[in-house]
Amino acid sequence: MMSSVIKRVAVCAGTALLVVSCAKQNKQPFYNTGVVYCSESNPVTFNPQLDTSSTTSDATSHQLYDRLLDFDPDSGRIVPSLASSWLVSENGLTYAFQLRRDVAFHTTDFFTPTRNFNANDVIFSIDRWRLESHPFHNVSSGSYPYFESLGLADNIADVTRVNGYRVEITLKRRDSSFLANLATDFAVILSEEYAAQLFEQGNPSQIDRLPVGTGPYRFDSFRKDSYIKYLHHEDYWRALEGDAADESLGDEPLGDEPLEDESLEENSDAILASDRALSTEENVANGEDLNQATNEKAPSASVKQLIFDITPRSSLRLAKLMTGECDATAFPAQTELEVIRNREDLTLAEKPGLNIGFWAFNTQRPPFDNPNVRRALAFAIDKNTLLEAVYFDSASRAKSLLPAASWAYQNDADDTAYNPVLARSLLAEAGIEPGFSMTIWAMPVERAYNPNAIKMAELIQRYLREVGVEANIVTYDWKTFRRHLQEGLHDSVLIGWSADNGDPDNFYRPLLSCGAIPSGTNRAMWCNEDYDRLINEALKTEDLDKRRAIYHQVNRLMYERLPLVPIAHAYRYQAYRNEVKGMTINPFGGVRFGGVEKVL
Amino acid sequence: MIRILARYSILFILTLLVLAVMSFSLAYLFPGDVLENLTGIVPANDAQRLALERQFRLDQSYFIQFFYYLSNLFAGDWGYSFTSGIALRDEIGIAMPATIELATYSIMIALFVGIPLGYYAGMRCYSTSDYIINTSSITTYSFPVFWLALLLILVFSLQLDKAPLSGRISLLFDVEPVSGFILLDILLSDMQNKSLAFKDALSHLTLPTVAIGAVSTASMVRITRRSVIDARNQPYIAAAVSRGLSGWQIFFRHILRNALLPILPLMAIQITTLITNTMIVETLFSWPGIGNWLIQAIYQRDYPALRVGMLAVSTLVITLTITVDMFNRLIDPSREKYEHAAI
Repeated sequence: MMSSVIKRVAVCAGTALLVVSCAKQNKQPFYNTGVVYCSESNPVTFNPQLDTSSTTSDATSHQLYDRLLDFDPDSGRIVPSLASSWLVSENGLTYAFQLRRDVAFHTTDFFTPTRNFNANDVIFSIDRWRLESHPFHNVSSGSYPYFESLGLADNIADVTRVNGYRVEITLKRRDSSFLANLATDFAVILSEEYAAQLFEQGNPSQIDRLPVGTGPYRFDSFRKDSYIKYLHHEDYWRALEGDAADESLGDEPLGDEPLEDESLEENSDAILASDRALSTEENVANGEDLNQATNEKAPSASVKQLIFDITPRSSLRLAKLMTGECDATAFPAQTELEVIRNREDLTLAEKPGLNIGFWAFNTQRPPFDNPNVRRALAFAIDKNTLLEAVYFDSASRAKSLLPAASWAYQNDADDTAYNPVLARSLLAEAGIEPGFSMTIWAMPVERAYNPNAIKMAELIQRYLREVGVEANIVTYDWKTFRRHLQEGLHDSVLIGWSADNGDPDNFYRPLLSCGAIPSGTNRAMWCNEDYDRLINEALKTEDLDKRRAIYHQVNRLMYERLPLVPIAHAYRYQAYRNEVKGMTINPFGGVRFGGVEKVL
Repeated sequence: MIRILARYSILFILTLLVLAVMSFSLAYLFPGDVLENLTGIVPANDAQRLALERQFRLDQSYFIQFFYYLSNLFAGDWGYSFTSGIALRDEIGIAMPATIELATYSIMIALFVGIPLGYYAGMRCYSTSDYIINTSSITTYSFPVFWLALLLILVFSLQLDKAPLSGRISLLFDVEPVSGFILLDILLSDMQNKSLAFKDALSHLTLPTVAIGAVSTASMVRITRRSVIDARNQPYIAAAVSRGLSGWQIFFRHILRNALLPILPLMAIQITTLITNTMIVETLFSWPGIGNWLIQAIYQRDYPALRVGMLAVSTLVITLTITVDMFNRLIDPSREKYEHAAI
């Protein structure tokens, strides 16, 4: 009798456990009201102006904030965002921005805005990193690495308010990549009203911890090593704009000023005479194009929350993605890609990233100062094998510095081909004896543009042996490695570059210009007057076709002199569950969750 | 009675004092600056450093420093974490209950499954059902707990997709921490999706609880079984049988109570194992408990967090052990002959 009681108890307990463990499966609609993104680390700050790491910009830039301008993720062109239109003066020094009206800042527990976005916010946001005397300049760390690395602050003469919805920025020198810099993840617009309020309370650093922006989501809470919670921004301007367009097409906005687009042209005529000649495409884009032009949409009404689940281990992110605890994840490892592809409930999106992995020669060391030696070595290696063996075909072959995502990409650029016979004869011509020995420095860390530099170095070593060159592989820890590179101790190095914005200048200038040797990004230590002249010339015009033509010339020059061998542009990957709709990879910066929704 | 209580309280206080000395000395033993290790505050300039040193009595003798440290501990001022800058008391206040919750449910399983099974096996000793129970408990007991947890994750989370593998509850739910126990907090809260949240939290709880509970249950079965067999071999059982008592009468009047007595002190020993297992399993299930928190602190060399974390965990273990032991002493008069309190 007793045994039957115990049996009954055991059966009940067992059933209870089963019921509990099965309970999760029937998906409730509630789970569709939030998107969970498994991110790889904690953001350093909630203000992307202060940090260039992708973790920070992923977490903040497109979720909390807007910029004056945006990149179109497909074409890489600059499209309007908070600036509904803009105008560049003929001398290329004055940029006039017409700002969008009725853009609301977040209303949160810690801040209630009394006014909408206007020119003061733009001026505050730019002056904060631009002016060392600005009261907010030294708040938090006081360093603005992105803007500092480009010397942007030095080039801006003035930022002035024309009226409540128009701002004018004057440059000292022409810089046609200026607009692109304003569209990067780092050039976000903060709330001046919030800043003033915090300043009065004597707590200015709160602006970077409890952020307020105009973006599709507003800040709710953050727990280090655990999660970031964002809530849906009800008054997000892109959402409101969509509604307004549906209700009253062509209705004139109320206000004390005439309609924006015409007014801009009229007024700028007054300010900067004879601007009409400028091509419309580049300089003026009106609000109507906007909704087609940008992929960054309003959050769908069904998604009320956006959660960053901070999970540093890549394998755990994948596991959570499989069990549905995450809807999307950051940076799947190369080895996990196959697993994701093989699962029916997951989607793996890929896009060529804005990066390049290359093999650079130290052009200040003989015999690598001889272009023919460099060319010989380039012809000795088979790039396709490197792509297969090192990138597992998760990269595209690089011909010049620019990946296909850039508007200046040259499809028919010259490229070196595997030709050991030619390599041997070129080496003989240059007087390099068989048995010549050189070093290949392989970077010790894993990067998207080169997931395994040491393996690549070993492959290159084998190729070089075939043409009679002995290569020794050198590697140090990452810090020492970079210091020695900067000192120029290497013969050649396998390394790469990730760009911050879609502008070609972001590749050409830091990688090979004379000025980039001291700052340590020109790994080839190459200084060529023609090259510098050409890339400077390219910045002096706003005409895209002209710029493109110049960059093609640059590519030709690079192919002839070959200071470095471009190897690969790695793809960017994003893995997400099939329920998630509207995810796109943004090659020009951080992940975007505006417009993402979940359906069963 | 009062003497017993007094003895245990003295033991308790002295042990804690020793622990406090150890945690205080860690500030000196850890690499880095003593002031920073002690407070978790990195002074911005020399003036601030001087002020802090004066405030924490670092310019005075070790004894006074320690005394001030103690008063700060009691006041709840435990310093700040290096990495997050949050008061350690708040961080531990969130992490500790999560661990206790997990451990509580596991010990519940061990008590409500392990003890009856142990009684059953003990009563039927050397029968087939006893062999089955005994074999399976020995097998489970010899599993390393982290391996068992990984196995559960592999089968139930990744293969069958029956249960989530990380956290306490889906992050979509916003549960206000009141007691720190997630199930209780859900019931106390006034959220809309209460039943859904409760189910979600239960499904998160299942696997880690089973992993920890299985090992504790197995040892509980073995302890109980042994104790029951011992009790059955006592002369008073033979006497009871000869008096003609029925099997049930013998069980309830003699075996049940007598077999329970030796189990209790052994349970006190189990608590240490339980907490250790909980901390291991936590890290595997990303359970935001104290074990996971301490591991993070080790990775990030967060010395103030390690110092206070060690103190908090050992205080928990000591408190539980001494409480169980004292309880045991109070209900078991046969132990009166032991004059001194003991852990």
